[in-house]
Amino acid sequence: MGKTITEKIFEAHLRDEPFPGTMVLDLDRVLCHEITTPIAIADLAWRGKDRVFDNTKIKAVIDHVTPSKDSKTATQAKMLRDWARRHGIRDFFDVGNNGVCHALFPEKGYIRPGFTVIMGDSHTCTHGAFGAFAAGVGTTDLEVGILKGVCAFRTPKTIRVDLTGRLPEGVYAKDVILHVIGQLGVNGATDRVIEFHGSVVDEFSMEARMTLCNMAIEAGGTCGICMPDVTTVDYLWPFISDEYASREAALDDYRQWCSDEDAVFEKVLHFDVSALEPQVTFGYKPDCVKPVGEMAGTPVDQIYIGTCTNGRIEDLRVAAAILKGKKIADSVRGIVSPATPKIFNDALQEGIIQVFMDAGFCVTNPTCGACLGMSNGVLAEGEVAASTSNRNFNGRMGKGGMVHLMSPATAAATALTGVITDPRQA
Amino acid sequence: MNVKKIFEGPAIFLDRSDINTDEIIPAKYLTEVTKDALRPYMLEDLNLDGFDPRGDKLRNARVVVSRENFGCGSSREHAPWVFEVNGVHTIIAESYARIFRQNMFNGGMLAIELPRADIDRLFALEKKGNVNISVQLDSQTVVATSDGKTETLSFDISPFDKALVKAGGWVEFADARY
Repeated sequence: MGKTITEKIFEAHLRDEPFPGTMVLDLDRVLCHEITTPIAIADLAWRGKDRVFDNTKIKAVIDHVTPSKDSKTATQAKMLRDWARRHGIRDFFDVGNNGVCHALFPEKGYIRPGFTVIMGDSHTCTHGAFGAFAAGVGTTDLEVGILKGVCAFRTPKTIRVDLTGRLPEGVYAKDVILHVIGQLGVNGATDRVIEFHGSVVDEFSMEARMTLCNMAIEAGGTCGICMPDVTTVDYLWPFISDEYASREAALDDYRQWCSDEDAVFEKVLHFDVSALEPQVTFGYKPDCVKPVGEMAGTPVDQIYIGTCTNGRIEDLRVAAAILKGKKIADSVRGIVSPATPKIFNDALQEGIIQVFMDAGFCVTNPTCGACLGMSNGVLAEGEVAASTSNRNFNGRMGKGGMVHLMSPATAAATALTGVITDPRQA
Repeated sequence: MNVKKIFEGPAIFLDRSDINTDEIIPAKYLTEVTKDALRPYMLEDLNLDGFDPRGDKLRNARVVVSRENFGCGSSREHAPWVFEVNGVHTIIAESYARIFRQNMFNGGMLAIELPRADIDRLFALEKKGNVNISVQLDSQTVVATSDGKTETLSFDISPFDKALVKAGGWVEFADARY
């Protein structure tokens, strides 16, 4: 009987099976940021175990609130910074070099096919785009990961999602995943891995695959995962060229991590995306999704383009193409946060930053910022945001605020009119 | 840090599915670096008619009863912690989001799953008045009483999660074993 990619990764990393149905895995990466890690650091110190299992496998970044906005966030940053220094964690990213974790770590080449990855952040599932098993965990799991290099998971079940057809003009990976979540429901993939297959995924860039996998958690999924292929190898090549004789050799090696033809899935879902329309959320759950036409005309106060879902260079290019030579509506404010310094710099070189500024956007440094209402860009009571982020929970971007999730194209089109707008009409 | 966790006491009933981590503890409080500092903010943004985050009902509660997909959203362990520092070590719901559920057990607390019919029986009991709930881990039973009426319900728990609660949490378990 064939195996899924997740079953293969679990088998290869199994340290212990303390009870039937519980698998303790060795970890290849433990990723850290300044919001959920400091309490783990403090607790380890309190227990007299201020150690790390492997300072080359731990990567850390200050990204949620940066530069620090007050004494408390400065303390969080300091705790992470001091800890990274104390333990010789060289891959630590601070002000000037820091960006949104799920954009930054892949960009540095840290995530590889077949890896096990944890982080104290629910959107860690993003890294599954590389054919890795990557899961968000709480601070206690993170603490044990830092100390022992292991994490426990239930034996995984997998939902296979086949995406076929041809994506229409103006419709993007974000629309696809919003549609899939709308069908699965916010609880539809709990304790499951979502495997993405099909011609649509094959043609997606790594950036688009990350957008897809990023929101697996919004259907409850432990990880969203794509099969490593030539696109994966091409993206990683600058980082792996000294490990493999050729790209073909790398591809051959990485193919071991693909699900077998006869792998057993709990469920297989088919979506032909050929007639898919741009999608927008309503209400307070990411599965409350409608075609943009049904939401068109809804007034918004703030446009937010950025985050670990859609703050990558492709996203900024798409938005800039719509904004070029135009001004955003007087009734709205626009905020764009390129997700990493490299993305910021690429956008600068390509003239994209200028397009955003000419249109009237505020361009911020790379940070998680407004997405979770933690730092720059928080909504006031009763305000409405059009956002390329991943969560529309009640109060998410500020108490009493409303968030409509959408693609960068729909957000840009909405910025121009001040009301939710179909990007195909922009 | 190793407070004795008691799995019984007055229950509060939150009659809604998909109660998320932002509602349990808004992100603006994640700038705190101690669990205790979270205490005043439990369920501050909960979107539920008639619910008062400052009311006695919540302040006195030791057990929370809710519906499906409790704790969905963020990985923030601040969500179980805000319950813990308010003396709530037991949550009973139809189902949980994975990370929240694991965070509860990792902290040596209980995230009990009961089928819908059993949850309905608990909610029916609430209609009679204040409900007191007691959980016996060894026998895997929930005993709920209100106005002289008692419901006794049995629950499943994975052997791993049970071991974590008995060990006092995942750090203790992992420390001893790996």
